[in-house]
Amino acid sequence: MNDHLLSMHDLTAADVTRILDTAGSFREVGSRVIKKVPALRGRTVVNLFLENSTRTRISFELAAKRLSADVINFSAGGSSVAKGESLKDTALTLQAMGADAIVVRHSSSGSPLQLTRWVDAHVLNAGDGTHEHPTQALLDLYTMREKHGRLDGLRVAIVGDVLHSRVARSLSIGLVTVGAEVTLVGPPTLIPPEAPAWGVEVSYDLDGVIPKLDVCYVLRVQRERQRLEYFPSVREYARLFGLTSERAQMLPETALIMHPGPMNRGVEIDSDVADRPAAVIEEQVTNGIAIRMALLYLLLGGTGEAEAA
Amino acid sequence: MTERVVFEGVRLVDPLAGVDEVRDVAVADGVLSAETPSDAERIDARGLILIPGLVDLHTHLREPGGEHKETVATGTRAAAAGGYTAVAAMANTDPPADNAAIVQAVRDLAAAAGSCDVFPVGAITRGLGGETLAEIEEMVDAGVRVFSDDGRSVPTARLLRNALTYAKAFPADVVLAEHAEDASLTDGGQMHEGARSASLGLAGRPAEAEEIIVARDLAVARACGGRLHLCHLSSARAVDLVRRAKAEGVRVTAEVTPHHLVGTDDDLVTYDTMKKMNPPLRTAEDRDALRAGLADGTIDAIATDHAPHAVEEKDLEFDLAPPGTIGLETALAVVLTHLVEPGVLPLMRAIEAMTSAPARILGAVDHGGPLEPGRPANLAVFDPSAAWTVEPPFASKARNSAFLGERLRGRVRFTMLRGVFTVADGKPTR
Repeated sequence: MNDHLLSMHDLTAADVTRILDTAGSFREVGSRVIKKVPALRGRTVVNLFLENSTRTRISFELAAKRLSADVINFSAGGSSVAKGESLKDTALTLQAMGADAIVVRHSSSGSPLQLTRWVDAHVLNAGDGTHEHPTQALLDLYTMREKHGRLDGLRVAIVGDVLHSRVARSLSIGLVTVGAEVTLVGPPTLIPPEAPAWGVEVSYDLDGVIPKLDVCYVLRVQRERQRLEYFPSVREYARLFGLTSERAQMLPETALIMHPGPMNRGVEIDSDVADRPAAVIEEQVTNGIAIRMALLYLLLGGTGEAEAA
Repeated sequence: MTERVVFEGVRLVDPLAGVDEVRDVAVADGVLSAETPSDAERIDARGLILIPGLVDLHTHLREPGGEHKETVATGTRAAAAGGYTAVAAMANTDPPADNAAIVQAVRDLAAAAGSCDVFPVGAITRGLGGETLAEIEEMVDAGVRVFSDDGRSVPTARLLRNALTYAKAFPADVVLAEHAEDASLTDGGQMHEGARSASLGLAGRPAEAEEIIVARDLAVARACGGRLHLCHLSSARAVDLVRRAKAEGVRVTAEVTPHHLVGTDDDLVTYDTMKKMNPPLRTAEDRDALRAGLADGTIDAIATDHAPHAVEEKDLEFDLAPPGTIGLETALAVVLTHLVEPGVLPLMRAIEAMTSAPARILGAVDHGGPLEPGRPANLAVFDPSAAWTVEPPFASKARNSAFLGERLRGRVRFTMLRGVFTVADGKPTR
């Protein structure tokens, strides 16, 4: 492992396997009555969340606490400029307080990489702008591997607003790294023309893609994209690219339905589709804690008690 | 005090005179002298190159309003350090230079500092608002020849047409300088749109944003006959458009910056805010087209777009940091190192693009040569073999150089403004 986790590009296939395996050993901790191991006792993890995100922050907080680390939550709405202190000064402050790891969520692409230039702590990217969200990608890979027993050769469609999605970037990179076949599906306005350079296929025809899938991964579509003329209406979007009940019927029986949350039911996914057994959306959330435990443990060089856990 | 000095054995490169030869160059009483005065200070200038003082069409001096970034005094000191004797100061100050009073104030500050002549650029529209024309006549009367709303394009073709047409009323050859980017395509954009922006997750500023405004402006200038200058071209297709327009006789000139001649969007992979520019650094193909356009004269001049910012302003998240790089102190060395040394551009053409060509566009008759007896001694002397590393301290108040840490060759040893040393032995005198 590197010192930081900023991008899925930082990881080889072997790294991914090691992280997923480590997460597997932590997965069980969450089902105990006492959900705690002492692996990171005395270490300090700072959750620096400069963009609103309750779900990811809670997941990281639980992960760190289950490893017995001291956790500090530093949240602020809006940009660092809006709160009057620069990101750099905030980072230097956290450094001075002895943070061992900084988990950063920020609306600015590239800010986790910038942080590494200012602090000695290990930096974990918890989502930066429209760039990447590697921990989400890893928990998704974990979920896919758990359900399908493999990642190599898995046929995955990522459907929706790829252009603005850090999840789509990280997941595409991760899936390609482990040998899966990725197809990005969405309106042409929301798929970067250069996406094929990531090693993925691009399609504008969801119906043509669906029958061959092992995983249908649905992205959240923000309604403001309509205002910015990326598509004419939510109605037309849902008709062309929404995972409707009719479309879900066309999926192979073993196919998984996944979504990074939070969902817009009725827009990118029909409500009853989200509640089907094939939809493993809550399991993604549960697995997220184990993945984040594994990453904190591996980055901070835990004391070897993971195996014991 | 003006000097009586002779640069002995210097290589004189003077594009307007068509001279490239080793000789003595004497200065007395503020002008170039055919005779060497007997009491002249003798400077052994063997191995050095003497050129007309550099002229920059595109400098942001930030005063008034942005004195924490740069002042007229520090900016002109940086200009002198880089070999410049004349710079055009952009109008986007606070308040903007949209009236004669601001223009005169900037010029007075420059005169008091004494490092470099400053030619204030006037705003095309009132308050740079892009809505109504500024009172152009009073600024022309105050000596302004170049007008620009730099930072953004004149928003509508109609307003541009009116400005270009209106400017024909003045006997002085007034030129409108355009920052060519279609705002509807660059809104929120952080870098060149392409494979790099897609993988970095940064919103793009596509090349066609420049192409569209360049095409529009050329059509308007062709129709109304006004004089148009295009700032900091960055894309291959824009160069093609200008080349064709010039062949058709459209009255257009164009500039390119050293950073666009050298950098590409690959430089952005570390989210280095020093490399954030408007227009953005584009692809290697664009960069090569800019070089070709500069070599064949499609692009007339090299201009720095010297854009100083405070340290804390650039030390921000990429999308929050302001665009721009300082350039006055590095322009000559960047051009020598990246273009002249590798044989991309002949030395004579490089010097022309940094002296006589911009002086002609600016109407700066005392600058850009020819360095003939009786002409004002506005000149620079540089050591083409001196290697140095771009790092603070700079003469500029700012440090936001896109070339930080780079090793360059070519260093200014002397700059003279009307026969007075503004740089001596490599150090600014003021």
